[in-house]
Amino acid sequence: MATRFELNGDTVSVDVDPDMPLLWVVREQIGLTGTKFGCGIAACGACTMHVDGVATRTCVLPVAAVDGATVRTIEGIAPVDTPSAVQRAWIEHQVPQCGYCQSGMIMATEALLDETPDPTDDEIDAAITNICRCGTYDRIRAAVHTAAALRREA
Amino acid sequence: MTDAPAKTKRSAVRKWTRRSLLATAGMVGGGLALGLTLSPNRLTMTGDVAEKDEAILNTWVKIAPDNRITVYYPHSEMGQGVGTGLAQMLAEELEADWSKITIEQAPVTNDYVNSDLGRGYIVGDGARIPNFMYPMLDFAFLHIATGLVGQLTGGSTAIRLTGQHGMRRAGAAAREMLMQAAADRWDVPIASLTARDSVITHADSGRSATFGALASDAPGQTPNLKPALKPSSDYRIVGQSKPRLDIPHKVNGTARFGMDVTLPGMVYAAIALPAVRDAHVGAIDDSGMTPRPGLGQVVNIGAAVAVAADSYWTASQALNELSITWEGGQRDLSSDMVRATQQADLDRGDFEVMDAEGDPDAALQSGTMYEATFEVPYLAHATMEPLNCTLSITDTGADVWVGHQNQLFARNAIAEALALAPEQVTLHPVYLGGGFGRRSETDFVVLPARIAQVVGKPVKVIWSREMDMANDMYRPAVLSRMAGTVENGRITAIRHHYIDAQSGMPDSERPFAFQYDVPNRDIARVICPSPLSVGPWRSVDFTQMGFFNETFMDDLAQAADADPLQFRLDHSSNPRIRAVLERLRAESDWTLELPPGRSRGVAMVESFGSVVGQVAEISVTGDRGIRVHRVTSVLDCGRLINPVAGKAQVTGSVIFGLTSALFGEITLDKGAVVQRNFPDYDMLRLANAPAQNVHFIASDDPPGGLGEPATPPITPALTNAIFRATGERIRQLPISKHGFYAV
Repeated sequence: MATRFELNGDTVSVDVDPDMPLLWVVREQIGLTGTKFGCGIAACGACTMHVDGVATRTCVLPVAAVDGATVRTIEGIAPVDTPSAVQRAWIEHQVPQCGYCQSGMIMATEALLDETPDPTDDEIDAAITNICRCGTYDRIRAAVHTAAALRREA
Repeated sequence: MTDAPAKTKRSAVRKWTRRSLLATAGMVGGGLALGLTLSPNRLTMTGDVAEKDEAILNTWVKIAPDNRITVYYPHSEMGQGVGTGLAQMLAEELEADWSKITIEQAPVTNDYVNSDLGRGYIVGDGARIPNFMYPMLDFAFLHIATGLVGQLTGGSTAIRLTGQHGMRRAGAAAREMLMQAAADRWDVPIASLTARDSVITHADSGRSATFGALASDAPGQTPNLKPALKPSSDYRIVGQSKPRLDIPHKVNGTARFGMDVTLPGMVYAAIALPAVRDAHVGAIDDSGMTPRPGLGQVVNIGAAVAVAADSYWTASQALNELSITWEGGQRDLSSDMVRATQQADLDRGDFEVMDAEGDPDAALQSGTMYEATFEVPYLAHATMEPLNCTLSITDTGADVWVGHQNQLFARNAIAEALALAPEQVTLHPVYLGGGFGRRSETDFVVLPARIAQVVGKPVKVIWSREMDMANDMYRPAVLSRMAGTVENGRITAIRHHYIDAQSGMPDSERPFAFQYDVPNRDIARVICPSPLSVGPWRSVDFTQMGFFNETFMDDLAQAADADPLQFRLDHSSNPRIRAVLERLRAESDWTLELPPGRSRGVAMVESFGSVVGQVAEISVTGDRGIRVHRVTSVLDCGRLINPVAGKAQVTGSVIFGLTSALFGEITLDKGAVVQRNFPDYDMLRLANAPAQNVHFIASDDPPGGLGEPATPPITPALTNAIFRATGERIRQLPISKHGFYAV
């Protein structure tokens, strides 16, 4: 049975095992590879997408669970030539190193700022629990604050 | 020696049409393509001029008529910003307009071997080259004709070798050629010309021309292999924090990692490796495997089992349902056994002397002797991107997409596994989702190659996190015993007996020496190869040796009732070390009184040509929660190419080191690695990350390493701070073993 959901503004329909995690459906069946596989147990956050606006780790989320939902991935944040405030802050602070975890970091940050436009350090600590093996954390924290300011200016 | 592959072997699969251009400077698209050349058959340590036809290239720049400049860099991008840093070094000497620079990872061919930079070039120049490169260079050099060569990104070498000796000269040589072209065109002396921002100007006549306009005139010239290099006082690009050119792709999901490669008709394969080390497949029972749409074949290659399917998830579900009987292997292997073997080896006392001076035995007897035993565990690399490799095998060869730190080595291993000539295998560069040494091995290309042979279609082989973690090439677990005496505030003798588990670094670059001035020394090892596969892990042996030496240094400072930082200064005549420690004292507020509950620890380790001192400032809660509030790092890494990118290497190294110090431990039970995923092998998160300050000592010296050297000192800095806070001396890692946890 096909699962239908909205992905980055388009309605998509996939006919796959309803237990297949959303991550693999989006990466392999739909072909958007910006969202990454890191651990497969929702521990690292590399697979973070927004499901109905909520930052969600999709490596353990059956695609059936998003039937009728609105899903957004890193590719749906902004057109490549007009990056979002968070993406601009990420560039300004030169956040990524290897970059593999950064789609998940950015998605977690976008959701945090949607909910909490001017987060405190404690709120950032609580919301951004993704793993970065390169250790970009100090720049992530700075970039979250910058992104919050850029969003307010917009 | 025979001639260079570039001359004698023509590629069977001529995918890289630019390959023919690599032989010398030449015309490409109406512009100039320049590569640096040297003779590959010259083993002497003097001279660096190559016969034209013998030339192979190591760095390459292309200047197009529209002024675009493409810098090809022969290293892997795994988070260091290597392409940007190398391009800065080239653009500086070229006098290029930085805004016109683009970078591209060099094609994986023999034309890019590290060895080019080694023998004929660097050494002939009398430049600083890490000793550990020599065995590798010899090896690579001797086998260059048979293709057993490397294109290594590791050992913190990209900037200090390729950049310092290749990129700078390529830029300068190209600039000279462009200036000569202008001189010829205008019939003026070359000395009357200036180059700046991709424009060559003749001030006397007011004439000027862009690099792009001159590029078509330049290729006929012979590049000068010893072009004049700029004095550093004239630098405008090197030393600037140019934004990294790879970062825009890494914030919008367009950066392509190995995991993201998609080929027409490709299937996905999940791989199962034996839990018990070195076991092999006995029997496979697929009776429990549910029929699933898209499921392909089960592949048994003896050392591993794979299942192919039209999605990774389908493949991995099916793989989990297989019942695989593994046979053989080291079923009795355990962490206790490894430790006991090493202890027995240390007790036996069959030592190989690494450094001996004075009469350490007598000196140790004459004063109060302090002794300590240290123990560090196996550590996994745990790159964020689990291992993966995508192959397409055709009638004429194979195309491979894999993030690898040693690409030619990988290519040749794949060729061997597939019984192909190296030239029949094309490796396509992709971004690496972390390396840290793990991606310099060949297991994760050879196994997929064998699987792809059976699958018969393009296939992406993906390791689950569990398979990745349980089948690493780990940092070795080792034991160490130290003894020392202190008299009148001075260390009079030091003894260090340690296990060398052979992590793969040549002795010439192994950190066995005690890095302070002590008159009587007995440094000796017992080689005890690890039964569990081991390999280089960020900073390699320096992380273990740094922990032993710098913890024991703190012990001796305590014995001398001395300030630990001053005690280190009192035992070093090395001006670089002294300068780092002095600066660290100031930047860390070492002499200022701490708020109640806070304590500090200091450590210093020199590695890969850089000296790094660090101070960790911590507090410990009543229930043994450790909070690292602040880490101050001071480095002498020679000339800094890009301060922001360099600082990121330091802060990242600190997180990497803190993570391993606090939680990192791989254990063995009944032949199997116990840890499987992040809850068992935890990582520091943003909430636990300290505030960090990084200070670079201004230096005109050639660049030292920066990707690794900030990792070793942080562990002893932390454990020394814990000692100040609690009186507990941690000599066995990880710290969590002692009931502490991170807050």
